[in-house]
Amino acid sequence: MENLVNLTYIAASILFIYGIKMLGNASTAKRGNMISAAGMLIAVVITLIQQDLDYSFILGGLALGSAIGFIAAKRVQMTGMPELVALFNGFGGLASLLVGWAEYHRVVNNAFAFAADVDHFTAAVTVLAILIGGITFTGSIYAWGKLSGKFGGTALTFKNQKALNAVLAGGIILAGIIFALAPNTATAYPLILVVILLSLLLGILAVMPIGGGDMPVVISLLNSCSGLAACAAGFVIANNVLIVAGCLVGASGLILTVIMCKAMNRTLSHVLFSGFGATTQCSGGTSTGEMKPISVDDAYYILEAAKNVIIIPGYGMAVAQAQHAVKELGELLEENGCEVRFAIHPVAGRMPGHMNVLLAEADVPYEQLVEMDDVNPTIEMVDVAIVIGANDVVNPAAADDPSSPIYGMPIINAHKAKTTFCLKRGKGAGFSGLENALFTAPNSRMLYGDAKATVTGLVSQLKG
Amino acid sequence: MEIITLLLFIFVLAAFLGFELIAKVPSQLHTPLMSGSNAISGITVVGAILTIRTGSDGFSSWLGFAAIVLATINVVGGYMVTDRMLGMFNKKK
Repeated sequence: MENLVNLTYIAASILFIYGIKMLGNASTAKRGNMISAAGMLIAVVITLIQQDLDYSFILGGLALGSAIGFIAAKRVQMTGMPELVALFNGFGGLASLLVGWAEYHRVVNNAFAFAADVDHFTAAVTVLAILIGGITFTGSIYAWGKLSGKFGGTALTFKNQKALNAVLAGGIILAGIIFALAPNTATAYPLILVVILLSLLLGILAVMPIGGGDMPVVISLLNSCSGLAACAAGFVIANNVLIVAGCLVGASGLILTVIMCKAMNRTLSHVLFSGFGATTQCSGGTSTGEMKPISVDDAYYILEAAKNVIIIPGYGMAVAQAQHAVKELGELLEENGCEVRFAIHPVAGRMPGHMNVLLAEADVPYEQLVEMDDVNPTIEMVDVAIVIGANDVVNPAAADDPSSPIYGMPIINAHKAKTTFCLKRGKGAGFSGLENALFTAPNSRMLYGDAKATVTGLVSQLKG
Repeated sequence: MEIITLLLFIFVLAAFLGFELIAKVPSQLHTPLMSGSNAISGITVVGAILTIRTGSDGFSSWLGFAAIVLATINVVGGYMVTDRMLGMFNKKK
């Protein structure tokens, strides 16, 4: 029996590996996801046939979780995807924390132990599962709140924040070591509760000072963490499929995070510890000019005459759900004899590849999507660059203002186009709270208002 | 001790494999890749199931129950959301 279970776990692991590999290629991605889901299914089913399980709890939990997951996945709008992934991720982390806790509780109460008592190694990995799971949970929930606008998007810092985080981390490590040295004494149980509490607190405090364009990196890193938490939980119960799958997610998530950091020309530690966007900007980029508004009618005349247009979407397009209107605008301009391209910055939106997902939803032809490096060399030839709800990824300060927090990040050089239209809800600063010199540049015109309404206005002008 | 060594061995190999798998992925697939691997991290549901034994005391069963619910949301929701996203990439081909 034991052998059958382990052999099935090996099969499941193979399916996960193939699944992840196929997810990395556009033509096989959908099948890859199915294969990985099949791996999950057989791993769960083979686990259920083991003896001594209390099925009323287990089947009830599986049914309830499936129902909630099903409804959430069906209902979510494509634009709300980053938040939902963050939320799911947090749940995974909390589940790993609870597995560590439940297993310890069960063993110390000596109900049905794998071993007579808890050894040092098991105690140590229990602490790890709780620590990583706890940080993943509250960190993801906080990220979810930031992304959905519930907690405000900007970075929050306060005095001695780093010191507090260091003290917290030190406290967790200390409590964890004392716990692991003597996991079977009466004082051990309160210690594990301390670790749980401090880990949950640390998750919030660690994500708090990160904001703006760095959120995609945070989500990716937390995804990696939830894998590592599952992996640690696997060590707690000595289960190889948890270790393999968890570790695969942990390692691949980490690589993905590093790839994203490179796209922003920053290091991971800089993202995590620099308090992005919270630095009060004192440079003079704000006073160089005024924002010049333009009406939809005037914008239409310029667009009608344009021969070469690029559209630069950002999170604002997602918020306004403007992707379908944007696609229609692109089509009409093409009919008008204009070349239309969509320039996608690698970290536009709140998740890596966020804009690609949205534009794919709206059926924008894949050939029209171009990457930053392909657009920038020819940007001077562009008649009109339409910036739809993007901000940091077109902020020239990243190129020429060393005091800016985003200095050094590669941007789409929208300010070098002949004319730039910026669709924006109001005059305020963006998600990251930075001023953007693009909006006050001489060749920039502001189109205020809801992005969808503005684009729809342009569309009806072009039709009429 | 022998089991621990073996598990650590598996861990190290899986880590290297994970690094290798994601070497070159086009940026348009980052979101589905993330949410797909996020669903895999819900494998902790297997661990949650194994914590609920007949004869477990009530409290640890409830902890395990909560873990199962949360991990299952992660798994089911994660795979479905990924499938929806990928469906959008594929429909025009």
